[in-house]
Amino acid sequence: MSAVSVRDVTVAFEAFRVFDGLSLDINEGEFIVLLGPSGCGKSTLLNAVAGLLDVSSGQIWIGGKNVTWEEPKDRGIAMVFQSYALYPRMSVRENMSFGLRMAKTPKPEIEKRVNQAAETLQITHLLDRRPDQLSGGQRQRVAIGRALVRDASVFLFDEPLSNLDAKLRNELRVEIKRLHARLGKTTMVYVTHDQIEAMTLADRIVVLKEQKVQQIGSPDEIYRCPSNLFVAGFVGSPQMNFIKGRLKGGDNGLEFVSGKRRLPLVGYQFSQKQRADGEVVLGIRPEHLTVADVGTWSDFKIDVVEPMGADTIVWCSDAEGSLQVRTNGCKGSAPGQHLALGIDTTQVSLFAANTGERL
Amino acid sequence: MDTISIRAPSISAPRATVRHRIRTRLPASLALLPTALVVLVVYIGCLLWTVRLSFTSSALLPKLDWVGLAQYSRLFANDRFLTSAENILIFGCLFISGCLILGFLLAVFIDQNVRGESLFRTVFLYPYAMSFVVTGVAWQWFLNPGLGLQKLVRDMGFPNFTFDWLVNQDMAIYTIVIAGIWHGAGLTMAILLAGLRGVDGDLWKAARVDGIPTWRVYISVVLPLLRPMIVTATVLLATGVVKLYDLVVAMTLGGPGIATEVPAKFVMDHLFERNNIALGTAAATIMLIAVVSVLAPWVYARYIRSQGRLG
Amino acid sequence: MNTIEPQGCRPRRLTVGRVGVYAFLLTAALFILLPLWIMIMTSLKPMDEIRLGNIVALPTALTFEAWSKAWSSACTGLECNGISVGFWNSVRILIPSVALSIIVGAINGYALSFWRVKGANVMFGVLLLGAFIPYQVFLYPLVRIFSMTGIYNSLLCIILVHVIFGLPTMTLLFRNYYLGLPIELFKAARIDGGGFWSIFFRVILPMSTPMLVVATILQVTGIWNDFIFGLTFAGRQNLPMTVQLNNIVHSTQGERAYNVDMAATMLAALVPLVVYFVSGRWFVRGIAAGAVKG
Repeated sequence: MSAVSVRDVTVAFEAFRVFDGLSLDINEGEFIVLLGPSGCGKSTLLNAVAGLLDVSSGQIWIGGKNVTWEEPKDRGIAMVFQSYALYPRMSVRENMSFGLRMAKTPKPEIEKRVNQAAETLQITHLLDRRPDQLSGGQRQRVAIGRALVRDASVFLFDEPLSNLDAKLRNELRVEIKRLHARLGKTTMVYVTHDQIEAMTLADRIVVLKEQKVQQIGSPDEIYRCPSNLFVAGFVGSPQMNFIKGRLKGGDNGLEFVSGKRRLPLVGYQFSQKQRADGEVVLGIRPEHLTVADVGTWSDFKIDVVEPMGADTIVWCSDAEGSLQVRTNGCKGSAPGQHLALGIDTTQVSLFAANTGERL
Repeated sequence: MDTISIRAPSISAPRATVRHRIRTRLPASLALLPTALVVLVVYIGCLLWTVRLSFTSSALLPKLDWVGLAQYSRLFANDRFLTSAENILIFGCLFISGCLILGFLLAVFIDQNVRGESLFRTVFLYPYAMSFVVTGVAWQWFLNPGLGLQKLVRDMGFPNFTFDWLVNQDMAIYTIVIAGIWHGAGLTMAILLAGLRGVDGDLWKAARVDGIPTWRVYISVVLPLLRPMIVTATVLLATGVVKLYDLVVAMTLGGPGIATEVPAKFVMDHLFERNNIALGTAAATIMLIAVVSVLAPWVYARYIRSQGRLG
Repeated sequence: MNTIEPQGCRPRRLTVGRVGVYAFLLTAALFILLPLWIMIMTSLKPMDEIRLGNIVALPTALTFEAWSKAWSSACTGLECNGISVGFWNSVRILIPSVALSIIVGAINGYALSFWRVKGANVMFGVLLLGAFIPYQVFLYPLVRIFSMTGIYNSLLCIILVHVIFGLPTMTLLFRNYYLGLPIELFKAARIDGGGFWSIFFRVILPMSTPMLVVATILQVTGIWNDFIFGLTFAGRQNLPMTVQLNNIVHSTQGERAYNVDMAATMLAALVPLVVYFVSGRWFVRGIAAGAVKG
């Protein structure tokens, strides 16, 4: 049974349809990340699941119950917001217990749950402070604590780390992952535009663009086998190299040709049988190109070298255009140097040029 | 499909929608109900009633007969009304431009990093805290020729000095303008000063590096940036112009003669003293038409088009 | 050692421009303060001195007689009980009107900015337009409605009128303020199980202090300074201070006692002036917010 099930949901503001018949099933205990650029509808979907937004048609099921028309509080959910949304005039303790007090939970029970959540998040010493006396990281911990207290079976995160600086973001990211592991059966739905958060946290990633699901899959699947050009370009940093070209029939099956560059596609898993002579886009991640003296493609000249510490990004170009290569930073490459590139054919992606779909 | 079995007997969506909407939004709707009633009864109902009365022959008591545009033709043949209309035009133009110019100058000069800035601001704005009645009475006293300004200057050694505008048929309306500007200039200053303070400081640095004189920056760069504030101030002053009543009543009672009559006073007099309801409501309707034709496009652009947030 | 002098001369502290700036500001300040000065001086002089002396001069024989006369025995038409009657009437009108209009405005603003009620925006649009329409358009029918319901010329009537005509500004003030609050707060409160009223009282209202202060300043000065509503709706027993002041000044009996007139004027101006000087920047904020600009 799925923990959260979005069935054929349409959301519309006035005449504008945000979603048209969107479906999504989320398993119990799963960590799902909704990933996409701003305006892709990921937050809208989360708000619809939370019941903060009325759906125009379709159903939303949580924990085997049709909650399409339930109040947010009755859905067994908790939510964490980007702006923390802490009630400014209440202490941390009051913030965390507000929901329970609203639900008329007995006092000792409230006390117990708040203390427990505070301990889990190591914010016990902050309980009597006001939100404006806390740092950003502390505020977000409190917001997570407020969600924790609700004892919900589904946690909804709406870009919870986007307002924090890089260091705190990494810290809290690990914290959230740890929390998910500790809570065991709790389902988490997490909205972000940050692919690193998505890759590190998710059991499954849902990539959205322009209100449509582009691909659902494990981080590994999304990264290795992006289902279309958008996903391939959106996930991964530095970005995947895209090369326009054609498929040609060669001696050993199909071959990718782009000007002087040729790549025999031995070992590439086509999703269906391809005919030669189609316009295609070849996608190669920078780390799947290797710098060699003699390689598949030669006559490249280095333009720019970007050392990043652990590895180095080398921008090099030939007559056809420039490519990014990720190398282990030790080699002393310098602009102007000539090199050749080796390509691992099993790791590349091919997309139809007209539809952008993976071949 | 294997999920069919778990599809609980769900209530059908449309009915559920209605129930849901009622349950969650009922309190909000109820809370807005009194205001909605006021809007309906007062802001729409009374307005229509007034317009309707202007087509009747009501005198002391309202009647619901129909005399067409008879009241309007009487109105535009009425000296008192024509003087009122002319006066409000004179007052409106001079008052608004006077307040804007004086307010802008005050704001710019205060913005020169002067000492005692807050003291100046407090002094310039205090008239706005006072009522029009107080303003009118004070200026009436100050400008009365017998004991006020005229006597003061004559006593100072200018025995031929004359300043009798308050009792001069042709000039009395300008004393009202002076009192009005005194009352409203500070407000304009406050609004424009807020705008000046909102101007990006880097702009000043850039202008200084480019060697542009300060006054030139104010005219060519800052003034266009202040447009929204100027519009706001103008709208605010304009609504004050239409409501002009207390000041005239306190200062001149419309006199000397009918020299300082204004439309608002014309309406009030005909409704509550001269027992000519139809003529009064006709004048009120003319005021309404004038205001709506000027302000409706602005309000539309400002608010209706950009309603609250989504979701 | 040679130090190289910088080119150009060091900017002087006091330039012609600076003097001009101060000269302009001081002149303007004098112009704006003059009426207040004259009012105070006149109110502190006996009539003889006023008739003979200089209108701006300090009183030679300082007397507070005019003030006490204005307060307790100046004549408004036939009655001679001073402006104190009007003062207490104004207080009785002011307190409930201010409280009620702010409460209604806050609730309206909250409902409009956080809850999507059908037709609410249309209602709000009409209300805003109403703010610009001259009162004269509504007055006569409103008088009829109040006479029909039998509350015309009563305290309740004038209070209702103030609330009705305060609606646009108060609603707009709170709506704009609430639209500026993060919507997430409201969402969090909804998930925590808050309903319409509990979210308002426990989450939103505690955050509204700045607007409550601004609204109070705006309404206190506005309602205290009102003339036309008091004149039309309050009835003889409840005439506010502004109307009484006008009656005193324009009462035709005997010779005009300018010192009493000015003392009465000062008394009528006192409450808003105190509010103004005490509230300082808040007053400006109130105007800016009430300026229908948001």
